[in-house]
Amino acid sequence: MSSIVENFDLFAPRLVDKEEYFSVGHRACQGCGEALGIRLMCKALGKDTVIINATGCMEVISSLYPTTAWRLPWIHVAFPNSASAGSGVEAGLKVLRRKGRIPDRDVKTVSIGGDGGTVDIGIQALSGAMERRHDMLYVCYDNEAYMNTGIQRSGATPFGASTTTEPAGSASFGKKAWKKNVPEIMVAHNLPYVATACPSYPIDFMNKVKKARKIKGPSYIHCLSVCPTGWRLPPNLTIKAGRLAVETGVFPLYEVEDGKYRITIKMPEKLRPIEDYLKIQGRFRHLSADEIKMIQERVAQEYNKLLDKVNNLHSWPDLKQ
Amino acid sequence: MTKRAGMEIAFAAAEAVALCKPDVVAAYPITPNTHIPEHLSDIVADGRIDAEFICVESEHSALSACCGASATGARVFTATSSQGLLFMGEVMPIVSAMRLPVVMAIGNRALSGPINIWNDHSDIMSQRDMGWISIFASNGQEVVDMVIQAFKIAEHREVLLPLNVNLDGFQLTHVVEPILFPDQSEVDRFLPEYEPYATLHPDKVLSMGTLGMPEIFTEAMKAKDVALINSKKVIMEVWEEWEKLFGRKYEPIQGYKTEGADVVLLTMGSMDETAEVAIDELRERKISAGLLKLKLWRPFPIEELRNAVKGAKVLAVMDRAVSCGGAAGPVCAEIKAALYGEPNPPAIVNYVIGLGGRDVTVDDFITIAEKAAQAEKEKPKEAYEIYGVRGS
Repeated sequence: MSSIVENFDLFAPRLVDKEEYFSVGHRACQGCGEALGIRLMCKALGKDTVIINATGCMEVISSLYPTTAWRLPWIHVAFPNSASAGSGVEAGLKVLRRKGRIPDRDVKTVSIGGDGGTVDIGIQALSGAMERRHDMLYVCYDNEAYMNTGIQRSGATPFGASTTTEPAGSASFGKKAWKKNVPEIMVAHNLPYVATACPSYPIDFMNKVKKARKIKGPSYIHCLSVCPTGWRLPPNLTIKAGRLAVETGVFPLYEVEDGKYRITIKMPEKLRPIEDYLKIQGRFRHLSADEIKMIQERVAQEYNKLLDKVNNLHSWPDLKQ
Repeated sequence: MTKRAGMEIAFAAAEAVALCKPDVVAAYPITPNTHIPEHLSDIVADGRIDAEFICVESEHSALSACCGASATGARVFTATSSQGLLFMGEVMPIVSAMRLPVVMAIGNRALSGPINIWNDHSDIMSQRDMGWISIFASNGQEVVDMVIQAFKIAEHREVLLPLNVNLDGFQLTHVVEPILFPDQSEVDRFLPEYEPYATLHPDKVLSMGTLGMPEIFTEAMKAKDVALINSKKVIMEVWEEWEKLFGRKYEPIQGYKTEGADVVLLTMGSMDETAEVAIDELRERKISAGLLKLKLWRPFPIEELRNAVKGAKVLAVMDRAVSCGGAAGPVCAEIKAALYGEPNPPAIVNYVIGLGGRDVTVDDFITIAEKAAQAEKEKPKEAYEIYGVRGS
C-alpha cells in the first residue's frame, strides 16, 4: 500500500492537483503528519480558498515573517478563534460578492486548528460557527496534545498517554480521561458532512476534503495527525502509526452525510490488537498489561458503537414518520 | 436634507451606522450597548441596508469575526460594553496590528466585581494601549457624528486602524435626545466606499497575521505606534470637513469658559455637560473656573493639552476609573506625564468619580472646584481622591 503515497500521480492522476499550495521550506519537524495533511488538504481544495489558521504548530512553522509557506490567501488571528474569524471571512466574501465588489465566483472559507485550538479553547467558537450554518469547512489537525507549547495534555489526548502536564509517574499512568469525541459533537450540530481522516490514507482524506468543499454550508473533518516529537516515535514511522491507529480501531475512518454513517476504507475483518499501535510510541511505554487491556476493551466498545451507527442509522431526509 | 428626530441615543448610533452602509456587523448582547446591535439587526431585517449580521456566540467571536470580515475588505462594525470588551481583549491588539479599520461603539460600563451594569470608564481604560483610536462623546449628537466620522477616519489610507467611539452606558445609551441626522446623500458624499489596501482573496495571495520574531517585533510595534500618532492629522482633517459640512466643531480637547480661568476641570463623556452647568454657576459666583472636555483619548493630544492649560493655576482631572494601587487615575497619569517639565504648569489634583453608575451632579463639580482651589494653596496628602465615598 505504501506505493500509493510514492506514486499518487499514477494512482489518481486526475484527482491530485500538481500545484503545491503549502510550499517546501517550512519549519515543521521531520515526519510531521500535520504538515503532510495540510499539503494534501490544499491540493484537494484548490486555489479558490481562504485559510484561517488557529495559533499552533502550523502557524509557527509556516509564517515566520517575512517568509510564508502559504500560496493560498491565509490569515492567523489567535488561538481560540479560527472558526469565528472564519465566520467573518465567509460573511465578508459573501456580502462583497453579492455587492459586486469582488469577482462573482465561489471562494471557500476553510478554518483549521490543532486539537487544542479545536476541542478545548476553540470549541465555543467552532460550535457557534457550525450552529450559524456558515458556508465553511473546519479541519481539526489532531495530534493529541499541545505540541507547539511542549506536549501538554489536551481534551484530545488519549487515555493513558504520558504528556508534560499529565505525565506517567510512580503514582500515575498518564491521562486518566478518555479522548473527547468531537466528530460526534459536530454530528449533533446536524452538519451535512462530518468525517474523520488521516494523511496515512491520502486519497481518502483528499476525497473527503473535496466532498466537504462542495457542501453549501458547514462541514467538519477531524484529521488524526501523527506527531513523532510528541508521540515519541521515529519520524519514519509517521505513516505507519497512522495506519495502525486505523487498523487497530483506535481511529476508524468514516464519514457522516446528513446523519448517515459510512466506513470509508476497507477495515480488517478483525481489528489488529491495540498493542501493535501502542508499543511503537514512547508516550504509552509505561502502560501495564491491565491498562492496555482496559484500552483494548474501550476501543472495541467505541468501534462497535460506530458500527452500530453505520448499520442502523439512516440519512435524515430518508427518515419516515 | 438634515432630519431632526427625538431618539434614544443607542438607536441613533445604529441609525448612524446604517447611514455608513456597513457590510458586516457582528455583535453579542451585553448591557448597556445592546440596543445598538438590536436596532441594527432591525434595520438589516427590514432590508434598509444590505449587510451580513452575524449573531455570534461571544464577544471574543464578535471581534474575531469582525477581524476576518475586515480582512476580506468589508466595512465592519461591532459594539460592546464592560466584560464584553475584556473578552474581546485578546483580539484587540491583533486588529490594530493587522491595520484593520474595524469600528466599535462602546457603551461604557464598570468592570465586575461586584457585578454592576452601570457606567464608568474602567472598560475602555483596560484596553487603552491596544493601538485603537479612541474617541469620547458627550451627548447623542456627538455619538451620531462620531460614528459617521469613525469610518472615514479608520478607513483612510493613511490611517487603517480600528477605532472605538465611547458613549457612557445609560447616561448616554438609554437617553432620548433630539438629534440631527445627515441624510443619506450627504453621508455618501462625505464617506467614500472603503478601498482596502490588502484583502484575503485568491486573486492576490498574501499571508496576514504572521509570526514576528524578536528581530522584527519591536519594529512592528514602532510601526503601529507611529500609525496611531500620525492618525491625528487625518482625524483633524475629517473634523474640519465635518464642521464645514454640518457646522458642528470637533477638537481633541474642547474648552468651555477656560479663558483666564484659575481653576480648570477636565472631564470626559457624559460628565462634560453636567460640568458645563457647574462652570456657569461658578462663574455666576465670580469664581474663575473653566472646563476642558477631552474627546480624543488615543492618540493622546499632548500639544493641545499643553496649550489648553496655559495660565491655569489648578487643573482638576476627573477619572471615571481607578488605577488600583497606582500613582493616579489613568487619565490624570497621562496628563501629568504630558505636562511634566512644562514651564509653569498648573497644580494638578485628581478625583476618581462616578464609579459604577454613581451620579455625578452639578453640586459635585462645584465642591470639586472649591476643593481644587484650596489644593493650589495646600497640596493634598493623597495623590488622588476617590470622591464621595460614603462612610468616610
